[in-house]
Amino acid sequence: MAKSSSRGTRTRKKKADEVPKEMVPVYIMGKRYFVPAASTIMGALEYAGYQIKRGAGCREGFCGACATVYRTPKSYKIQYGLACQTVVEPDMYLAQLPFFPALKKVYDIEKLKPSTEVLSAIYPEINRCVACNTCTKACPQELEVMDYIQAAIRGDIEKVAHLSFDCIMCGLCAARCPAEIVHYNVGILARRLYGKYLAKLGEYLPARLKEIEEGKFDEEMKEIMSLSREKLEKRYYERDLDFQIT
Amino acid sequence: MYPEYMRESIRKVEATRPKRLELAKAGLSKVFKPMTEEERDEVLRKFHPDYTPDARREVRVGPNKGEKLTSKVVDLLEAHSRIDPKKFDLSAPDYETDILIIGGGGGGCMAALWAIQNGAKVIISQKLRLGDANSMMSQGGMQAAVNPHDSPVIHYLDIIGGGHFDNKPELVKTLTMNAPFIVKWLQQLGVMWDRDENGNLTTKAGGGTSRRRMLSARDYTGAEIMRNLRDEVRNHPDEIDVLEFNPAVELVLDDEGKAAGAILYNLETEEYYLVKAKATIITTGGFGRLHIKGFATTNHYGATADGLVLAYRAGAKLLYMDSVQYHPTGAVYPEQIAGFLITEKVRGLGGQPVNKHGELFVFPLEPRDVEAANFIRECTERDNGIKTPSGRVGVWLDSPIIDMLNGEGTIHNALPAMVRQFHRFGIDITKEPMLVYPTLHYQNGGIEINERAETSIPGLYVAGEASGGLHGRNRLMGNSVLDYNVFGKIAGINAAEYIKSVKIGKLTLQHVIDFERELKEVGIPKDVVSPMILPDYIPEGVKKKQLTTEWHGTLM
Ligand SMILES: Cc1cc2nc3c(=O)[nH]c(=O)nc-3n(C[C@H](O)[C@H](O)[C@H](O)COP(=O)(O)OP(=O)(O)OC[C@H]3O[C@@H](n4cnc5c(N)ncnc54)[C@H](O)[C@@H]3O)c2cc1C
Ligand code: FES
Repeated sequence: MAKSSSRGTRTRKKKADEVPKEMVPVYIMGKRYFVPAASTIMGALEYAGYQIKRGAGCREGFCGACATVYRTPKSYKIQYGLACQTVVEPDMYLAQLPFFPALKKVYDIEKLKPSTEVLSAIYPEINRCVACNTCTKACPQELEVMDYIQAAIRGDIEKVAHLSFDCIMCGLCAARCPAEIVHYNVGILARRLYGKYLAKLGEYLPARLKEIEEGKFDEEMKEIMSLSREKLEKRYYERDLDFQIT
Repeated sequence: MYPEYMRESIRKVEATRPKRLELAKAGLSKVFKPMTEEERDEVLRKFHPDYTPDARREVRVGPNKGEKLTSKVVDLLEAHSRIDPKKFDLSAPDYETDILIIGGGGGGCMAALWAIQNGAKVIISQKLRLGDANSMMSQGGMQAAVNPHDSPVIHYLDIIGGGHFDNKPELVKTLTMNAPFIVKWLQQLGVMWDRDENGNLTTKAGGGTSRRRMLSARDYTGAEIMRNLRDEVRNHPDEIDVLEFNPAVELVLDDEGKAAGAILYNLETEEYYLVKAKATIITTGGFGRLHIKGFATTNHYGATADGLVLAYRAGAKLLYMDSVQYHPTGAVYPEQIAGFLITEKVRGLGGQPVNKHGELFVFPLEPRDVEAANFIRECTERDNGIKTPSGRVGVWLDSPIIDMLNGEGTIHNALPAMVRQFHRFGIDITKEPMLVYPTLHYQNGGIEINERAETSIPGLYVAGEASGGLHGRNRLMGNSVLDYNVFGKIAGINAAEYIKSVKIGKLTLQHVIDFERELKEVGIPKDVVSPMILPDYIPEGVKKKQLTTEWHGTLM
């Protein structure tokens, strides 16, 4: 078993000064471990022996399951990031932040109107925003979170939809908000309202649906499905590929 | 952020760019000549990982006995149950419902929404959080023949050819004919599709497609659809009960062999629950986390082929589980994102693969298996790859050319997730290319279904990546998001219809008992249990000392 270092923590069979350069010390839940310097926080946890249950989803920065807080020794600052996207720094203090289900209102999207009041009506607490900008600072996607909450207060659904579009709903904004706003749920509501009611819709899709309904492609489909494998292959390899990319 | 020796190669890429830009402007097939059938066959046979000698082995038990399947999959099929089927008490279900849906990704949510619309009550068993799934990750988009220059029939031909003509035709027809409806339905849910100034959907090229057919929502397409579906599921708390961190570990049948629910495992308390249901839908997704042939993967943490194992033990047949999809463009540098997906949309927008000399070597949009095999050839036989400091190898994917082709700002607008991903590690993809190599991406085959999403087991439905037949042995980009939507819907509707008349008899795990007997008969030792549930990334040295945290389950 490992010997204790001067700080009395486990060093995995090597004294601190023998640790290869590419390994760095990190503190996980207060305990010191040496992990490869190129590790992400998630990789560091696993390297140290943790089997993650909660706190890992996509592992690629898309799902928001791995929101995490950390601190470096010389700073009072609490920092935020995605464990799967943040590379460890020497002497980082790590802890996993469990995703807690914040308030999500139940609504019938069919019955909502995309009015300027709707966001405030469903999530009235947005009006408690004190414009402290903590949400923006916490966002690992670097979105202008406070700006979209301000837009939500004004009832500008379109603006909320666009500003919040890259949100992965990790919950860090809500975890930090002194006004207890659940920003990411305001964002999804605005985006749904925008996509459903406000986006301009073209003519091609309804025309295509009508064609399908009227059976326009049925004969052609039947014909192609009746081809022998040989004929099908021929048709496939002869098909026109010379379309424009843009 | 690139070391100097890589920069040197990048300068060669820059030097050939103006010429390559000219070619791209002249039309896609001018960039590089697409391969003929014979050339495709040859490069696949020689370089695709599926064709290496140890890629497949014969499975000795179960419905596909005697067939050669992907070796890693066989390891899990020839493994033991996490529970002792003789000891498990089936007399008192912990939950009862109309339909049990196993897997809360896109397919599971879609099935749930359509099942409740048709009057059923639903429980979703989910391994992670609702939506922590491959569905959340798709970037490139979804195929649908929505514009006048295209049709469902052309879509059909592209799919069948891409799948090497092994696809089940009825499934392909169902997929392509339903696609435009799904686009509309998702829009009405709130999905913000990318549109042109007239409001028509913008379409991009994809590998193996003969028309621009890829619909997108920036490069967060999957996330945009998944979060809409999840939000809608959460809007029906009285009809859909979501059990997170409670994966299914075994199916339960009734004494007539009908699907009747499952046994779930609470990941935290390690308790096992019995869920009794009148119908069961498997939407557990794929298998990237098996790291087949040692490949890195694009897949989410829970992609461990659980659904295949469950269905197989219950007697359902698998189809095309001898083929694996390696996405041609996985990141190889920087090390922290090795294996991550670089969306095919990069090539769809005109991005070009080039070797260390800055030369084109392949048509940029071959079907995925062909494209991947070409990359591997370039890096092995031809030795034209670029090595990374950690020993990986890859070819360049020239992204800056996209802005030159489509106009300044295109990359930022169309590929924000990609820009962000690389920016986090100090690389600006609007100015520098990305280094890429094939990565384990998709389960082409799966549990065999028909066009009603039915399996050979009455009351057992499958939809999405866990199913097999639709894509043949090679899925084309954008068709799996479409797949889970179309067949998730069909599974939900048909299951809701089925439960109206079905009577569930006495519950049994006899199929597991029988399967265990079969394992014993062929002498398979008791050292592996499945489903895997979660992959294990703990280093060997630590693992050896962890004597109590193996994922064996408490009844073993
Ligand atoms: C990075 C990436 C990019 C992609 N890009 C595209 C694209 O651009 N276009 C396209 O068409 N396709 C794309 N795909 C493929 C596509 O996203 C997936 O094939 C599709 O979303 C699968 O949907 P699904 O519902 O079948 O499975 P998933 O979305 O993976 O959902 C399955 C769910 O079941 C859960 N589960 C697993 N086992 C169990 C169990 N035992 N019990 C309970 N729950 C369980 C999983 O954790 C998961 O949450 C991409 C895939 C990846 C990984
Ligand atoms: S695990 Fe999905 S964002 Fe990190």
